[in-house]
Amino acid sequence: MSIIQKTIASLVFITLFICSPLAQAQRDQISVVGSSTVYPFTTVVAERFGRSSDYATPKVESTGTGGGMKQFCGGVGTQYPDLVNASRRIKQSELDDCAANGVSEVVEIKVGYDGVVIASSYEQDVMHLTHRDVFLALAKEVPNEAGTALIENPYSYWNEINSALPNRHIEVLGPPPTSGTRDAFLELVMEVGAAAIPLVAALDDDAFSVVAHTIREDGVYVDTGENDNLIVQKLNANGEGVGIFGFSFLDQNSDSVQGHFIEGVAPEFDAIADGSYSVSRPLYIYVKAQHVEVVPGMQEFISEFTSERAWGEDGYLTDRGLIPMPEDERESFSSDAANMRAMQL
Amino acid sequence: MTRENDLSIADRVNDSLQRRYRAEARFQWYGRIAIFLGLAAVFLLFADITAKGYKAFVHTQIQLEINFDTLEMGLPANPTADDMRRADFDRVLQLAIYDRFPDVSGRNDRRTLRSLVSSGSVYQLQSVLEANPELADTTQRVWLIADDEVDVFNKGYISREVPEAQRRFKDIQIGWLDDLEAQDEIRVVFNKTFFANGDSRDPEQAGILGAAMGSFLTMLVTLLLAVPLGVGAAIYLEEFAPKNRLTQFIELNINNLAAVPSIIFGLLGLAIFINFFGLPRSAPLVGGLVLALMTLPTIIIAGRSALKSVPPSIREAALGVGASHTQTILHHVLPLAMPGMLTGSIIGMAKALGETAPLLMIGMVAFIVDVPGTITDSSTVLPVQIYLWADSPERAFLEKTSGATLVLLAFLITMNGLAVTLRRKLERRW
Repeated sequence: MSIIQKTIASLVFITLFICSPLAQAQRDQISVVGSSTVYPFTTVVAERFGRSSDYATPKVESTGTGGGMKQFCGGVGTQYPDLVNASRRIKQSELDDCAANGVSEVVEIKVGYDGVVIASSYEQDVMHLTHRDVFLALAKEVPNEAGTALIENPYSYWNEINSALPNRHIEVLGPPPTSGTRDAFLELVMEVGAAAIPLVAALDDDAFSVVAHTIREDGVYVDTGENDNLIVQKLNANGEGVGIFGFSFLDQNSDSVQGHFIEGVAPEFDAIADGSYSVSRPLYIYVKAQHVEVVPGMQEFISEFTSERAWGEDGYLTDRGLIPMPEDERESFSSDAANMRAMQL
Repeated sequence: MTRENDLSIADRVNDSLQRRYRAEARFQWYGRIAIFLGLAAVFLLFADITAKGYKAFVHTQIQLEINFDTLEMGLPANPTADDMRRADFDRVLQLAIYDRFPDVSGRNDRRTLRSLVSSGSVYQLQSVLEANPELADTTQRVWLIADDEVDVFNKGYISREVPEAQRRFKDIQIGWLDDLEAQDEIRVVFNKTFFANGDSRDPEQAGILGAAMGSFLTMLVTLLLAVPLGVGAAIYLEEFAPKNRLTQFIELNINNLAAVPSIIFGLLGLAIFINFFGLPRSAPLVGGLVLALMTLPTIIIAGRSALKSVPPSIREAALGVGASHTQTILHHVLPLAMPGMLTGSIIGMAKALGETAPLLMIGMVAFIVDVPGTITDSSTVLPVQIYLWADSPERAFLEKTSGATLVLLAFLITMNGLAVTLRRKLERRW
């Protein structure tokens, strides 16, 4: 009978195990969810905060902006996250969702900028691209030579698009549709490029965004997963290819990959910071002000994030590739954060 | 039937014999080639990961002469633990570095100089002084962990041939390293930090202990739940359950569950354990519950086939000498089926150990610094740690990724090895 007894004993043991945490609903650890682009920055702040204060190190989940928003807006209470990382601004629909679930006090803090780069290995010469070139290289439908109708993208060499570009196969490794980097690329490069072409610009709004947002599917553009490191490694293995990824990966791998010029500007730290490099996007964190009184350390965590030593010009976040905001913007957002000034819903 | 005909049949057999021998030889070669290709792929994988990962087990250290000056640190006599935490070890460290390279001036160069050693060095100094309070106001030579960029360069990942403009590691830093090298003040030693720390965003401070503990706790929950439930279900379904439509339906569903993609179990865990029962997110408890559900079908199917393989004569003999049905199963059939059941359970657990997809939904794909101690602490697991590191921009995480993969593989090989040994030891042949 010993086996049955053992089984029963272990089942009792498990039940005890399962029931024990039900009693404790309180949480003393800040919980952050959201974008994988902001994740490298929030985690650095979280780690420093945990080390230098008496509070527990915040837990940072990498769920993607959309998934994070959904959880964040799920409701008020310790089972819901306190902050959400976002690589784009919160959408009205998400704010409505928040409000419907009682999350009425959301504080918006812009933390800095991130550049999206088009890069390749040093085997290639640097290309001087325009938005228009990139659109023509990657859109599914482009105007025909006469500029009278849209046709399937016929280009397979860069110099077919623009004779100043090299005679090389168009081969682009980039993020998949679920990625925030892809969204930023579509909005900041493809849309602008499409608008520069009269035939496409003349379309009505819906048709325009379909043309501008549809990437060709004939194998020229290759989805390479959410992992930017993988793109860097593939560029090294394949000298022909061009990759699209976040600036911090270019910064960390500058010995093996180089960024191409876009509209005459190279993707460099200073150029992104002063706005002359056009492909950069703001990064945000959103704070649930209703949790500040409930979860210990939230106010202190936010003030660490918005301190000059973190997000300032020489702060430790810039060492990790975050592009700082201009000083007046930093001041305005850190005062919002200090006063927990909620967004107007 | 004439003799001629007989002869021709014999001839035809003889003729075809050669062909049949050749066909068999060819068939054997196909098998050998398949095995060879499989082994070659495994070998390549291991060689690649080992080549990339073995350097994660060593790290670069830099020796500095530290003066634990209580005045500079603002440390009172007979300090308490609180005083220790507030003491300014940064200052002591800075002074030590500036003393070592007195020629370096200029704000930017000094800033670069300070980043030769890891930003975690201050905590290392603090723990040195805490362990040996008598070192206060003395000068000691201390080996400090080097910054990740120093480590990456020192291990030869970045060539000196690359033009300076393309390197993050500049010529001036290389000069300092050469100077340290000349004085034997830089060394590469076994990386204890990698096995003793939780995650960190500083690659040189990052370790796998947190993830390994998380994996251990998660597997513990899975083991305690899935094995007894799975074995019990297998015994009941195989030995006691009546054969009717209901049990057929259950059987069909168990087989189907074994083929369900693992992320579905994560969604189930999110909906039931977290949203309905209110269990904590990111906890090994919930991870273990989800993985137990995922492993159950594997254990039940393996358990049933192990029970089936016990010869009926054993059962008949036990029943024949008057044992009850329950006694027959518990005393005779189950001990003989145990090795097969154990193997099934261990292989199911090994599969669960390598899962990440279901854990994404329940919040275990997260940055967690503290090493978890109980099953309700926030934690992550080994494969998730590998995924998170693979996605980090810092170059030094590349070798950490491979290093952690090696550790995970070691765990998996140990578990599968255990399964093989147990089977060998306990198995009985008829």
